[in-house]
Parts: sequence; structure tokens; C-alpha cells
Amino acid sequence: MTDLTSLTLAEARDALKAKKISALELTDAHLNAMEKAKALNAYVLDTPKHARAMAKASDTKLQKGEAGLLEGIPLGIKDLYATKGVRTTACSKILLNFVPEYESTVTSKLWRDGAVMLGKLNNDEFAMGSSNESSAFGPSVSPILPPNVSAAQAKAKLGNGNKGLLVPGGSSGGSAAAIAARLCLGATATDTGGSIRQPAAFTGTVGMKPTYGRCSRWGIVAFASSLDQAGPIAKTVRDTAIMLRSMAGHDPKDTTSVDRAVPDYEAAIGKSIKGMKIGIPKEYRVDGMSQEIDALWSKGAEWLKQAGAEIVEISLPHTHYALPAYYIVAPAEASSNLARYDGVRYGVRVPGKDIIDLYEKTRANGFGVEVRRRIMIGTYVLSAGYYDAYYVRAQKIRTLIKQDFEKAYDSGVDAVLTPATPSPAFGIGEKSGADPVEMYLNDIFTVTVNMAGLPGLAVPAGVSKEGLPLGLQLIGRPFDEEILFSLGEVIEQAAGRTKLPDAWWA
Amino acid sequence: MSVDQATVQRIARLARIAVTDEEVPHLQGELNAMLSFVEQLNSVNVEGVEPMTSVTPMAMKKRVDEVTDGNIAEIVTGNAPQTEDHYFLVPKVIE
Repeated sequence: MTDLTSLTLAEARDALKAKKISALELTDAHLNAMEKAKALNAYVLDTPKHARAMAKASDTKLQKGEAGLLEGIPLGIKDLYATKGVRTTACSKILLNFVPEYESTVTSKLWRDGAVMLGKLNNDEFAMGSSNESSAFGPSVSPILPPNVSAAQAKAKLGNGNKGLLVPGGSSGGSAAAIAARLCLGATATDTGGSIRQPAAFTGTVGMKPTYGRCSRWGIVAFASSLDQAGPIAKTVRDTAIMLRSMAGHDPKDTTSVDRAVPDYEAAIGKSIKGMKIGIPKEYRVDGMSQEIDALWSKGAEWLKQAGAEIVEISLPHTHYALPAYYIVAPAEASSNLARYDGVRYGVRVPGKDIIDLYEKTRANGFGVEVRRRIMIGTYVLSAGYYDAYYVRAQKIRTLIKQDFEKAYDSGVDAVLTPATPSPAFGIGEKSGADPVEMYLNDIFTVTVNMAGLPGLAVPAGVSKEGLPLGLQLIGRPFDEEILFSLGEVIEQAAGRTKLPDAWWA
Repeated sequence: MSVDQATVQRIARLARIAVTDEEVPHLQGELNAMLSFVEQLNSVNVEGVEPMTSVTPMAMKKRVDEVTDGNIAEIVTGNAPQTEDHYFLVPKVIE
């Protein structure tokens, strides 16, 4: 029998429907793989009992012919999604004991459609980071072997300081690592500045950040509410399309979720892209961009052209300002959202001599370094006298960034093609130096998309000269995720699906 | 713009995060690194530009103003560090 963990989500779904495999054996195969991959730290909580009970229920439904869209499909859930009765921490010390009494809207849709929960996935604390290193549970390790490191050498390093191993990216590092290591068939993730697309690019997996408003944010731990959006990471473009159909949709509990029919995204896979106009924004050709990223980008454009698309150069003049504007808007909203963690209503409390002392000690102890830094920046830019100079200015620049895209789309461009990241994955501990901005530069190509509220898809397109995965990003019109799936499929077919790494960690 | 050490302490106080004297210089450096990074925004002409309030223009849905749940004090206080009779307990606030 072939290893069930190497199936794609679509293959597993079809095999389940044809009764070639059972949901329980599929889930057990993944639980076994998770057991052997503990040192990767992709999961911060395994829920095997839960998973097996859900799989058994799915088998009954499959027998009766009442299968949902994701019946029996084992998924990993980012620890930012509230799961009823299952610890949800946002990978922060301040929520280490938090057990939600409610289920996030997106996960409840997944369970409605028959999916199985394997466990909760690692992420940067409160989704603030690009390497998964800010997690209170320690970093999740990329299953991708670093250049010139043998499987045996990597295994010796694993769990031993992890020095010399690679980050899976972040903040949805656990989601990307779990997909690449075949520890689930699909993973939920969230994206505020690139947190779905950057880890997907780093691990040779596919990540879809939908249009702002496409998925409900209700029950997902908030970071920056005007930028946060839920989405999937999976092995193939088709798999992300299947997952998004379940995750998307209107929710009366989130007033920013859009009341708009959810299309059958999978139907967009394989559609002709003939005559589509693809924009190549010249401003993304940033200073110091490596030759290999540039070459990958040209290759991607060539593939789309060969499939019948027309490639045009476009200009998005405010691109350069997206990242600094983001580092005002996102911390400002975070400082406001994270005010709720006060050690009174939930979470971990540190006693104090009075209420202020209790707040200050609880928050100093409960939040990690990166989160404290962002709360402080956010507090500063929102404080009296600075609000107009920083926050209002950043929101005006956000308008300009969005207008750049609108002009491009108005001129007939159907989608935009860019690199997903400025470099392949870096090593654990490599970018934790004194200057936080160095880490932030990872999101330079992805953050514009959040600022403009657009959908973006990261798809593997090749490898670096050292053999590390590299991704391209497709950006679409608002609510035109379908076109991204069609284009992404073309790139995936042309590039050839990434070979996932052998299980050196097991 | 850059912040001095007194400002770092004032921000920490506003953010309700305890900061020790030893941490201040380090935090000051990091905050100033971020502030100097965002400085480049000053070179953008934002004359007459509307600040963004909603990235996806849409009319906010409203619901009927009525009670939709209640009588779940047990659940509401279930995760609190300290409670008594469905109240959250904190150190004395008013003498």
C-alpha cells in the first residue's frame, strides 16, 4: 500500500469516496507520522482522540453516502483559531492555559464539511513574525534540508538547538512545515502581511490569502483587524482551492465578512488562461534582488505566456512605501487588539500590588519580545500628538497603494505576477539580530496585498542554486480568487510539483 | 523622529507593560530603528488623499438590536484566573 500521507488532499478525497481507503486509516497514518515528527515542532498540540472520533464519524457518513466536501480529510489547525474545548494559545505565554468555549467560524465550517482535526499548529506569537521563532513553544523547524547538510547531520541538529536548520517561515510556520512534512493534508493559516504566502514559498507548498472579507475572522485571535485574513496552505493549488471553498463565506458575527456566494473554486483549475493580461510591476525589481529570483520571475512570466496569456509591464508606484506604512498600521491595531490581555478575564495572571501593577507584570511576563516591541510602537504612533503624523499618514498611503492596483486593473490587467519572497528560507537564529527591520524585509513582496485587501496566491516555481524552494506570487482583483487558481495551476504544471523532502527527521 | 529614554518609559506605562531600567536602552534602540525605517513615508505627497477606513468598500450589515444570548456567566468566567460567584476578582481598586 502506498503511504497515505503522500496523497494530495484531492487524491485522498477521491480515494475515500471510492471506498479504497477509510477515513480512520488515513487519519491514523497522519497521527503516526506526527508521532515521529515531534522534534520538528510543527504541532504544539496533538489531538489524536478527537481526530480518531471524527474519522470514525466520517467513515459512517461515507458508508451512508452522506459525505461532505472534506469528509474524512485530516487537517492541522493554526493555533490562532479558537477550537472549542481544545487549548488555543496563539503560541503566547499569556494564553497558555486558554481553552475556548466556542469554535471559530472557519473551523466550524471545516467540521461541517466533514474534516478531521489532527491538532494545533505552531506559529509566531500572535502571528507576529516571519520565521516562527517568536513562538512561546519554540520555533517550528522546516522539513527542507539545508544546503550541504546530510539527513544524518540534520537529524543530529534537530531538537539540539536546531542551529544550521532552516526556518519554515512565518507566521504560519507550523502550517507550512506540517504540509511539507506530510503531517496533514491541509492546514489553516492566517495572513496579515505575508504569513500564509511567505512560509508556503519557503517550504515548496501552496498558500492562498483570500480577499479581505472572504473568510470570517470571528474566533481567530486578532492581530491587525483591517489586514488579517484566514486562508489555507496545502500541497497543491487544487488542494487550496478545495479548502477555500469550505472556509469562505459570510458570517453575521463578523461585519467585515462579505455576503457573496462562494464559488466552486476547484472548477477554476484547468481553465484556459488564453488572452488573460498579466501585469509585471517594475517596482518589484528591488535593489539588490538576487539573480535567481529575477530569473524565476521571468520564467514564470514565460510559462504564462506559453499558455496564452499576454504579459505587460505595469507600474505600482507606491510599492516602496507599503512595508513602512504596514509597520505603523499593523502595530497600531495590534496595540489596541492586545489590550484585552490583562490577566483578569482569561489568560495567565501575574499578581501585583494593585490593579495597574497586576496589568503591567502580567503583560511584561506574558508577551514575548517581538509582541512587546510591536505593542509599544503601536502605542507610540497612536499617542496624543503623533496620531496624524504616523497613523493617519500611513492610512493615506494605504489608499494610494490600493489606487495603484485599481489603475492597473482598470487598464485591463487581470492579475499581477511577482516573486513571493526576496530570498529562499534562512537559518534558525540567523535573523534575530539587533535590528528588527531586517526580519521585516521578508514581507516586502507580500505586504502590499494586505494593504490593498487583495487576494494573493504563493505557488512553488523552482529552486535556488542551493536547491531550496522558491515561490511566485499571483495577485488578483478583489474576490477574483478563481483566476489565481487557474493561473497558479499553470505555473504548478509548468514548474512540476515540488518533491517533498524525505522524512529525515523520523 | 526618535524617542528618548523617558519617552520609552512613558510608552511602556501607556501600554501597561512593566519595563526595567536595564531594558530601556535596548528598547530605545529598537523603537528608534523602527521609527527611522518609517521615516521615508514623509517623502510621500499625501495632499488631498483620503485616509483608508475600509479596504473593501461595503455597507455594514446591521442586525436587530435585541438580546441574543445570556445566562452563560459560568462560560464567560470559565477561563478567568480568579473568580467568585461569577465575578472577576482583582486587587482592590477603590479604597
